[in-house]
Amino acid sequence: MASIPSPENIVACPDCDLLLRIPPLPPRGMARCPRCDRALATRKPGSIDRTLALAAAAAIAFLFANVEPLMGLSAGGRESSTTIAGGAWEMWMQEEKITAILVVVFAMLAPALEIGFLLVILLSVRRPPAPAWIGTLLRWVKITGFWSMVEVMMLGILVALVKIAALARVVPGTGIFAAGVLILLLAAMSASFDPREVWLRVRWANGEGPRQVQPPGEADVGGAGR
Amino acid sequence: MIGAERTGARAGLVSCRACGLLSRMAGAEEPGYCPRCGEKLEFRRHHAIQRTWALMIAAAICYLPANILPVMRTTTPTSDEPDTILSGVVLLYTTGSWHLALIVLVASVMIPLVKLAALAYLLITVQRGSFRNRRERTRLHRVLGVIGRWSMLDVFVATFVVALIQLQPLMSVAPEPGVLFFAAVVILTIFAAESFDPRLIWDSSRGKRGPDG
Repeated sequence: MASIPSPENIVACPDCDLLLRIPPLPPRGMARCPRCDRALATRKPGSIDRTLALAAAAAIAFLFANVEPLMGLSAGGRESSTTIAGGAWEMWMQEEKITAILVVVFAMLAPALEIGFLLVILLSVRRPPAPAWIGTLLRWVKITGFWSMVEVMMLGILVALVKIAALARVVPGTGIFAAGVLILLLAAMSASFDPREVWLRVRWANGEGPRQVQPPGEADVGGAGR
Repeated sequence: MIGAERTGARAGLVSCRACGLLSRMAGAEEPGYCPRCGEKLEFRRHHAIQRTWALMIAAAICYLPANILPVMRTTTPTSDEPDTILSGVVLLYTTGSWHLALIVLVASVMIPLVKLAALAYLLITVQRGSFRNRRERTRLHRVLGVIGRWSMLDVFVATFVVALIQLQPLMSVAPEPGVLFFAAVVILTIFAAESFDPRLIWDSSRGKRGPDG
């Protein structure tokens, strides 16, 4: 019933199933599948600390992007402004409830969970081995990152601004700048995150691993030192 | 690259979808669970071809109402105008933002169409056991995973236009059913691309070596 694990440096390419041994990588080196060109592993020195810093900054930017109004409008002596949640709320009131839920999930819930999960994961793997439930969070961080669409929302806001500018005077709010910063931080955060290194520091679901506790920065994949 | 390539499937090894750990399968029928992260192991995505076809066809059906039905309606004391995705593109173009018009056209109209066509191509070539352009087809599948999300653009545009323009009785904008179909197209194509298994592209080399190999 139980499946038997292979060494961590032997992988099957997720896209073409070719069996490969990941060689020791130089800093910032990347291993690609020779058959289908899929990126298989990278070595990012200091990945855990840098990603942690970026995630913390992203959490702050996320807060501002959600609390501050994204944009305001004035026409005929009337004024209005909106936040992300305000947009979703208006959709809900206008009987487009499913769309409202999608906006909340893609633009608020998914990025919030992605940042939150990453903070918890990265803080707990600083002292390996991290408990097995961190592995569960690592699986979820992949899913929440996949559905997080802050950058798409940002482009949507810009298009909306231009469309409304044809009808009334619009003023970009503080929230829109915070959302811009958030996008850059989220991109940098996922670029510097190395799940392979984190997995080496997490206790296994079957209780048998990790096979060796790794000192920081010396993963067995690419263990050539800094 | 010459001769029999060693694949996980041939060696009886399976790569975990969630954490990437390679394990020896407990049995061909019951691969078991990943020892590291506890995810259920799958030799290939379950019913990948049928599931992808079903989701893709559902998305194609929603594509028509998404583009024909209005996504929002602008009401002023003198007029009451419905807006479709395409009329929104035209509005952006005529107000001088041709670059934004192009972005919306690509994200809302073209990306979903390209995704539907590309998925059909991937499915048909896999079902025929084609040996051609396997590397390019695998890349195509990776590209689909990246571009799909951008089609959500118009849902966000509608949301923020509706949220801001609530100046009754002067002017107000209300969402229309097109938005929902539109979101359905995007989500269905994202799930369709996810349920496809690119390893199937390479499995065909195991069986018949076609004349095009």
